[in-house]
Amino acid sequence: MSVSAGAAEVEPKRSMPPRPVEELDSVVIRFVGDSGDGMQLTGSEFSRAIAKAGHDFATHPDYPSEIRAPTGTLFGVSGYQIQFASRQVFTSGDAPDVLVAMNPAALKTNLSDVKPGGTIIANSGAFTDNNLAKANCKSNPLTDGSLAGYRVYQIDISALTAQALKESRLSKKEVGRCKNYYALGLMLSLYSRPLDKEEGDIRQKFAKIPDVAEANVIALRAGYAYADATEMFITSYRVRTADIQPGTYRSLTGNHATALGCVAASELSGVPVFLGSYPITPATDILHEMSALKHFNVTTFQAEDEIAGICSAIGAAYGGVLGMTTTSGPGMALKTEALGLAVMLELPLVIVNVQRGGPSTGLPTKIEQSDLLQAVYGRNGECPIPVIAANSPADCFDCAIEAFRIAVKYMTPVILLTDGGIGNAAEPWRIPDPASLPKMEVKFRTDPEGFLAYARDGNLARPWVRPGTKDLEHRLGGLEKDFLTGNISHDPMNHQRMVEVRAAKVAGIVADIPPLQVEGPAEGGLLIVGWGSTYGSIVQAREQAVASGCSVAHVHLRHLNPMPPDLGTILQRYKTILVPEMNLGQLSRLLREHYLREVVSLSKVQGRPFKVSEIHDRIIELCNEVSK
Amino acid sequence: MNAVVMLTKKDFETDQDVRWCPGCGDYAVLSQVQKLMPSLGIPRENFAFISGIGCSSRFPYYMETYGMHSIHGRAPVIASGLKLARPELSVWVVTGDGDALAIGGNHFIHAMRRNIGLKIILLNNRIYGLTKGQYSPTSQLGMKTKTTPQGSIDRPFSPVAMALGAGATFVARTVDSDLAHMAGVLKRAAEHQGTAFVEIFQNCIVFNDGAFDAITDKSLRDDARLMLEHGKPLIYGKDRNRAIRLRGLEPEAVTLGEDGVTEADVVHHDEKAEHSGLAFFLSQFDAPKLPVPLGVFRAVNAPAYEEMNGLQHKDALERRGRGDLTSLFNSGDTWTIK
Repeated sequence: MSVSAGAAEVEPKRSMPPRPVEELDSVVIRFVGDSGDGMQLTGSEFSRAIAKAGHDFATHPDYPSEIRAPTGTLFGVSGYQIQFASRQVFTSGDAPDVLVAMNPAALKTNLSDVKPGGTIIANSGAFTDNNLAKANCKSNPLTDGSLAGYRVYQIDISALTAQALKESRLSKKEVGRCKNYYALGLMLSLYSRPLDKEEGDIRQKFAKIPDVAEANVIALRAGYAYADATEMFITSYRVRTADIQPGTYRSLTGNHATALGCVAASELSGVPVFLGSYPITPATDILHEMSALKHFNVTTFQAEDEIAGICSAIGAAYGGVLGMTTTSGPGMALKTEALGLAVMLELPLVIVNVQRGGPSTGLPTKIEQSDLLQAVYGRNGECPIPVIAANSPADCFDCAIEAFRIAVKYMTPVILLTDGGIGNAAEPWRIPDPASLPKMEVKFRTDPEGFLAYARDGNLARPWVRPGTKDLEHRLGGLEKDFLTGNISHDPMNHQRMVEVRAAKVAGIVADIPPLQVEGPAEGGLLIVGWGSTYGSIVQAREQAVASGCSVAHVHLRHLNPMPPDLGTILQRYKTILVPEMNLGQLSRLLREHYLREVVSLSKVQGRPFKVSEIHDRIIELCNEVSK
Repeated sequence: MNAVVMLTKKDFETDQDVRWCPGCGDYAVLSQVQKLMPSLGIPRENFAFISGIGCSSRFPYYMETYGMHSIHGRAPVIASGLKLARPELSVWVVTGDGDALAIGGNHFIHAMRRNIGLKIILLNNRIYGLTKGQYSPTSQLGMKTKTTPQGSIDRPFSPVAMALGAGATFVARTVDSDLAHMAGVLKRAAEHQGTAFVEIFQNCIVFNDGAFDAITDKSLRDDARLMLEHGKPLIYGKDRNRAIRLRGLEPEAVTLGEDGVTEADVVHHDEKAEHSGLAFFLSQFDAPKLPVPLGVFRAVNAPAYEEMNGLQHKDALERRGRGDLTSLFNSGDTWTIK
C-alpha cells in the first residue's frame, strides 16, 4: 500500500508532469457495508481517533435513503469516507487508498473508485453464496482473480467477532452487530492509534446497555490484537501530524455547526431563537441538535408540515424573537408562499436549505447545489431575499451567524444554503472564544412618538416592535402596504415605490459585504469562481494545478444575493472564468446576467462531490487554451 | 392595571374603513369581539389578532391591537409560533370555512390537537365570498354555485366535528344574529386554557343569503335550534316540549308528554365529559331532522402546549443550569493542538 499516494496524486494516464510527492502525506479510507452494518459509526469513530492524533481530516458519508435496505443488496450499501493528512485537508479524497468492505455488494459497488493498486480489506466471512447472489456476482471476487490489481486482505471479520464474543450472553444477531467495532479496532491498529480512549467512548455511548458496551469493547480489542499479531499486515502506517493552527478543536458536522451558529446568534444578540421545522433529509439534524438545547433561549417546534415550519417561525419573529426554519429542496418549494409573506412583513427570518439532489424527491441522501436559482428567484412577485452559502462544515457556524446578522440589521428573511455533503460531513472545528464572535445589536422600537410601522432607517430597515409594547399596536399583512403607515394601499405609485424600496434594501446589503479574497494571481488567464461545498475540491485542484505550473486564481462566494460589490471588477481581470457547480450552471447564469460576462461552466450532478481531479483536469485544459 | 379597567370598546376600534359588504354578518362579530376585549382584564397591547385570507380575514385591520393579515390557511400556525414565542400574549385567530377547512385544514386540526392557547373564531358562511361565490367545504350538498352549476356533489363536513375529532378541548358554536349568545360563548372561549374553537354561523348577504334562516328567523328558530347548557336536559322548541332521547346509539327528537316521554328519558348535556363522544354525537345534529345545537359542546381542562413547553425549559434550566457558549462549544470530544 502506498500511503504517500494521497487523493491529490495525479493518475499516471494524464499527460501531466508528475508533481512532487510528499512521503506519508495523506490517506483516504472508505468503510462500506450494509446500511445496518454500522459503517457510519465506524467511520465517524475512526475520524475522531484520527483527529485527536493531530491530523486534519474531511469526511463524506454516503448512505442510501432506505433506513435498512434488505441485507446484502447493492442498493443497501452505506459508506463513509475519510481523508486525513499531514497538511490541510479540504475534501474527503477522490479515490480511496483503502477500502474496508463488509460484504460482496459493498465491494462490488465501490471497487471502481479504489485507487489502482490500493488496499482492500474484505470481510471474507460475508462472501457467502447467498450474499454473492444478492450482489449479482457470478463468482467470488476474492478468489476469481478480479482483484488482481489490488492488495487484498481477506479477514473473516464475522467469524472472528463471533469467536471473540463466544462467552458473551448476547444473541447471535447482537454479536453480529459488533463487527463494526472489530473493523474499527483493526484499522486503529493499522494506523497506530491507541485504544484506551475509544474504549472509554464505547462504555459511555452504551452506558445504558453494559452487556453491549462490553461486547463492543471486546470486539474492538480483538480487531486491534488481530492486526497487531498477524503477519498479514507487513507494516502499520503512520501519517505525520498536520501543521494545524494551535487551538482547541472538536469534530463537527455542518448541520451541528449550523445549530451552534444559530444558538450563538441568539446569545450574541440577547434575543431568543425559535426554530419551526418539519423533519426532512438531510436537514433534520439541525432540529435534533437545537431541540436538546432548551437550557439556552432556544425553542423548537416540530410543525405539522413544511409550511407550518416557516409560518410558525414568522409568527415567532413577529413576536420579537429570532425566527428560523430548516429544510431541504422539496420543503423549500413548499415554503415559497410564506417566504413572500416574510418579505412583505419585513421581519427577520433565517431559512436554512440543506440542499439535496432534485427535482421533486430526487436524491434525498445525495448532494447537489441545484437550489441556487430557487433561492435567488423562486417566488411570485418581485421578491428579493438575501442568499448566502456555507463552504464547509465549520463554515456553517459562521454563516448561520452572518445570516442572522443580515436578517436583523435589514429586517429581512435570509436564505442560508448548505448541502447534504457539508451538512453530514465532519471536519475539525477550531473552537472560537465567544468574545471573538461578531456583535449583533438588536433594537426594538418602544417609543410611540412619531411611530410609523414602515418608516425606514438608513439601511432601509423598518422598525421591529414586540407585541406587548404599549401604544405601538399595528397591523401587518401580505397585502401591499402604504410606504409609511403600513396600512393596506392599492395606490399605483405606492406599489411602484414599495417594490423598488424592497429591492433597494436587499441590494444595499452590498455595503456590508467584505472585500473578496482572491487566492492566486490578482489578474491573468484563469479565475475559478465557486460557491458552497465545492470549496475543498477547488482549493486542492488549484493547488495541484499551480504546482504543475498553471497560473490560476480562485475566489469563493459566500454572498450570492446580492453579489459582492468587487466581484465585477475581479472578473474583468481574467481572460477565462471557470465555474464548477453541482448543478447545470446556476451560478454561471447569475454571473452572465449580472456582469454580461461569458463564463465556462463545469457541471456535475451525480449526487457526489467533485473529485479534485475532475476540476484539476478542466483547469489544465483551460490553462493550455489560455496560454495558446 | 388601572388603565386596563378604563378600556372601552372604542379603544379597540381602528381608524381603517371597514370594507365588508353592507349587511354582512361579520360586522356583528367584530362589534362583539371589540366589546368583549375590555372586559378581559388584559392590556390592549397584549392582544394579537392573526388571520389568513378571505372576507373574515380582514378582521385584524379593524382591531386596534397587534395583528397580522397573513396568507391563506396559515393563521393557526403563525399564531402558534407567536404564542410559543410570547406565551403571555392573548392570541386570537379569525378565519373562515375556506381558510380554516380547505386550504388550511392541516393547520386547523393540529392547532386543535396541540391544545395551544389560541382563540380561534371561524366565521362559517358556507360559501367563498372573496372569490365571488364558489362552494366551500361546508356548503350543502346540491348547492348551486359558480363552480357547481348543476349542484354540489361535494359532501360538507361539520367544523365542530372536525375540531372534536382532532381532540379540541373547547368547542362551541354560535350565530351572528344572536348577539347575547355570541358574547357569552366568546367570553367562555377567551377564558379557556388551551385551544378554544368557536364556529359562528355567519350570513353572507351577497352569495349565500339566508343560509341560516331556519335557526335565525325568530318565528322558526326555536324549533330548529337546540341551546346547549351544561348539566341541563336537551330540551328545545317554542313550547319547550321538544327533546332528544337515545334509541340505542341513535338520537331521536321526541315531544315531552307524548307516548309517555318524560324529562327522565332526555339526554343531559355534559360539556365537561372527559370522553368527547357526547359532544361528537351533538355535532352530527342537523336540520330538519334534528335541531342544530348552539352553545358549548365541550369544555375540558388539559395542559396547554405552551405551558408544557415552558415546563420543559424550566426543567432543562434546573437540570443543566443556564447554558453558556463556551461550554456548549467545548462539549463532546475536544483536542488541543499546541
